[in-house]
Amino acid sequence: MAQRAVKEYNCKHLFSKYWNEYFKDFKYDFQAAAISDSSELEEESKNKPWLTIDKLVVKPDMLFGKRGQNKLVLVKKKTVGDIELDDVIQWVDKRSKKNVTLLDGTTGALNHFLVEPFVSHNAKDELYISATTEEEYDEIHISKYGGVNIEKHWDKTIHIKIPVNSTEEDVSSLIQNKLKDSINIPNFNTFATKFYMFFKDLHFSYLELNPIIFKGNQVYLLDSVARLDDTARFIMDKSWDHIQFSSPFGQKPLTEEEIMIKKADEASGASLKLTILNPKGRVWTLVAGGGASVVYADTISDLSGVDEMSNYGEYSGNPSTEETYTYAKTVLDLMTRTSHKENKILIIGGAIANFTDVAKTFSGIILAIKDYTEKLKEVGTHIYVRRGGPNYEEGLKNIKKACEDLDIPIFVYGPETHMTDIVRLALKR
Amino acid sequence: MNKLFTEKSQAIFWNNNTKAIQRMLDYDFICKRKTPSVAAIVHPTSSASFQKFFFGDQEIMIPIYKSTTEAAKNQPTADIFLNFASFRTAAEVSLEATLIKSIRVIMITAEGIPERDTREINMKAKESGKILIGPSTVGAISPGVFKTANIGGTIEQIVKSKMHVSGSAGLVTRSGGLFNEIANTIALNADGIAEGVAIGGDRFPGSGYLDHLLRMEKNNEVKYFILLGEVGGKAEYEVIEAYEKGELTKPIVAWCIGTVVKHFNTTVQFGHAGASANTSIERAGTKNNAMKKAGFIVPRSFNDLHLRIKDLYKKLAGEGIVKAVEPTEYVIPKLPQDFSSAKKEGVIRKETNFICTISDDRGDEAHYAGHPISSVATPETGFTIADVISLLWFKKRYPKWATDFIETVIKTAADHGPAVSGAHNARVSARAGKDLVSCLCSGLLTIGPKFGGAIDGAAKYIKKAYDDKLEPKEFVSQMKQKGLAIPGIGHKIKSIKNPDLRVKGLKEFAIKHFPNTNLLDYALEVEKITSAKKDNLILNVDGTIGVLMVDMWKSLNYSDEEIDQFIECGTLNAFFVLSRTIGFIGHVLDEKRLNMPLYRHQFDDILYDVPTAELI
Repeated sequence: MAQRAVKEYNCKHLFSKYWNEYFKDFKYDFQAAAISDSSELEEESKNKPWLTIDKLVVKPDMLFGKRGQNKLVLVKKKTVGDIELDDVIQWVDKRSKKNVTLLDGTTGALNHFLVEPFVSHNAKDELYISATTEEEYDEIHISKYGGVNIEKHWDKTIHIKIPVNSTEEDVSSLIQNKLKDSINIPNFNTFATKFYMFFKDLHFSYLELNPIIFKGNQVYLLDSVARLDDTARFIMDKSWDHIQFSSPFGQKPLTEEEIMIKKADEASGASLKLTILNPKGRVWTLVAGGGASVVYADTISDLSGVDEMSNYGEYSGNPSTEETYTYAKTVLDLMTRTSHKENKILIIGGAIANFTDVAKTFSGIILAIKDYTEKLKEVGTHIYVRRGGPNYEEGLKNIKKACEDLDIPIFVYGPETHMTDIVRLALKR
Repeated sequence: MNKLFTEKSQAIFWNNNTKAIQRMLDYDFICKRKTPSVAAIVHPTSSASFQKFFFGDQEIMIPIYKSTTEAAKNQPTADIFLNFASFRTAAEVSLEATLIKSIRVIMITAEGIPERDTREINMKAKESGKILIGPSTVGAISPGVFKTANIGGTIEQIVKSKMHVSGSAGLVTRSGGLFNEIANTIALNADGIAEGVAIGGDRFPGSGYLDHLLRMEKNNEVKYFILLGEVGGKAEYEVIEAYEKGELTKPIVAWCIGTVVKHFNTTVQFGHAGASANTSIERAGTKNNAMKKAGFIVPRSFNDLHLRIKDLYKKLAGEGIVKAVEPTEYVIPKLPQDFSSAKKEGVIRKETNFICTISDDRGDEAHYAGHPISSVATPETGFTIADVISLLWFKKRYPKWATDFIETVIKTAADHGPAVSGAHNARVSARAGKDLVSCLCSGLLTIGPKFGGAIDGAAKYIKKAYDDKLEPKEFVSQMKQKGLAIPGIGHKIKSIKNPDLRVKGLKEFAIKHFPNTNLLDYALEVEKITSAKKDNLILNVDGTIGVLMVDMWKSLNYSDEEIDQFIECGTLNAFFVLSRTIGFIGHVLDEKRLNMPLYRHQFDDILYDVPTAELI
């Protein structure tokens, strides 16, 4: 994995954790309650007195934006800033665990909310600051026209490119040169420099505060969007407070099988990936290799239509026999749960491996096929195999013989056959 | 330089990945390279200074260094750095390599290096004018010249894909698996590749398609390009731009994989880390259309890619730009097969030098006489130490009365105080500062005919007398005639009136649990005679153990020949050695903890009678 979206609560928590280290000239009060329903909120209100004293704001914290436009931010009953705890409780009760469809068509259940004190301010004081990564530089984007209309005013945004190897002094002078004193807030350029250093040191790949409000040296982070580079976890886990990333809004929760493969993947030096797309689909795949799996998915969706594509996944990096056995068994179990009006198709595909031992990985698949022989027959499975690489002749011979002995229809091809041609052959028959 | 690698290119290989290195050397051999393509290995934790490899049928030594800097200093002509460090250390290792002048190309294989680190390495490499391939890649190949590590797969596959002789395609891909695939396709439909690079699946590859295509543009051996792109990123647009500007003039067959991604609005992670489309221009379909519009040869789908390559090659052959594909005249030197693979295939056989019939350490778990260790180790398996002894010493699982007896023997003979000669020797050695094993051996080496060895003798003589059906009386008198003491009879202190309780316990256990105790009964008859002569000529603990072991084996239906063989092999003695080892170790540990000074025997305890040596 690479970039993972971070919830607003977690993002602000990280700011607060490192605030004095980076922004000691400024003050930030991290006041936020992350709740999934109103009873949690009531519980929180016992420890966080501001929840009962202050006027409040509540919104879902589920990795999607444009919450205002989706009418999912509560700031007023009659006038802006008149929301109290009871209003929040009612509002959350009405929405918690219920499905909502966003303007972009995504549907999902709301189950994470962020409650914060209402910050009274003038819209013209809303600033925008963000940082992004490109190949050779990072870029800081700063605008006086922050808030919901930032996109409308994007041409007025100031962009500052920061080359990858820059020191803090470099960053500071780059910002100074570009920004001069266009933002009329004391020490803002220092703030921007530190914002960038925070972004860089914590391995963010995207970080946006919009809007951010300054009142004297008091800072209010009204909204944030952030992504962290997950590959840095081995260095940053403690600094990130062992953060758990959530799935994007609207994504179906992982099935039991997907979770199992994910765990196996994490425990292994090899790669094992599984996503179930349509559990009732006709075409199932056991494909080796990240690149090859994409090509098979392309071809299946081109030739059979995307609806019949049941799963996406891959195994690679020379997994052990045991690992391929577990992986294959999981897929075979899923594919034999329901029958299809036509025979089911199992594509055991892959490119020509560099170092994965084909015979070894296939012996795991063969064991799984033996376990599921009867069920595979019940759904009329036809197996199509195409693979090359170390020991592929032996692997192909073994799988062919095993299926023939079990009386499961199988068609086996090696590197002389174009990689994806088995998809065409399978669907033609 | 217009070429990524030359026949002089040599690698410094970070990590002692013997399989990958051997593959490179095997490739050298079939390409008839004069020098090995790996000059050095860097392995900071290795204690060895070299590793042996095959170069064809010869063995060569490749030096191992602790750091890349040291390797480069000693191998100044090595210009390629193959970084096989894990994702945790790959960044640091690469940064070191960017500082080394003699290194021209760096390849990083690790997947999962933090993006910020990758970008820093990329910048450093760029600043120092090095070509960086990867991270997350199998690397690159110049057929017939040099290849990085595992690219191309097995030697058989390399030959099948014509990656051992130069062809005319310049190939760039992201994925390593698909690189081989396309190389194979090119071999089947054209004349192979002149140079190929898999740039790797990360979001920020150290070098992009265009970097390599621009170099290949200047390489006269490359007549056309094949680009296999992927959904995500904008690198394909850089290629389009260069093509439109005329920086690239050779025909390009191109395809972007990942057209399926458009069907999924949620984030199914397809393939590589770099393969997610943030905007519609990063979609595979959009890129395929753009490339087509720019004049690239773009197939209808991946499934037609090979046909477009075939068409283009035919066209170029028609124009005389490439030669029509002919069977190659290149004679591939026969690579000697590795012993292990030949054995696996059953094409060779070899006489063994050893035989083992008790245990097996091949496979996932070692076995004791057919029982996996885990099935005998923990208490709930029901196996005791004596069960394990019966498996490993006798290749049988003994019934409970027998294993109980063996354990009783072991417990009985474990120690007999510090004064007996073996324990004394062990303690003296410990006080001399020797290590545990030496002290233990000092004790064990004392065991022999006079100390502990009576078990063997007792079993041997008493069994023989019994087998020969000698009357006990006759046996005793025969031994007397021969002037031999009966082993296992007699005790310094104990007597009929003051019996040895250890012997009592053993006898009682045997009488109660053994199916029969014929030899014991016989020995007790002998004891009656001897003890009548002298009160302390009793069946002692060694004798009891010896005869009862024989009774045990007889009851377990071993033949007399088998039992005699056990005795000849020293099996009875073995029980004493095993048991007493427990005691000796105790004495050694005790002595070590007490930390007493070196032992020196007192003068007054030695009779000195030393006449001057005679002159002869």
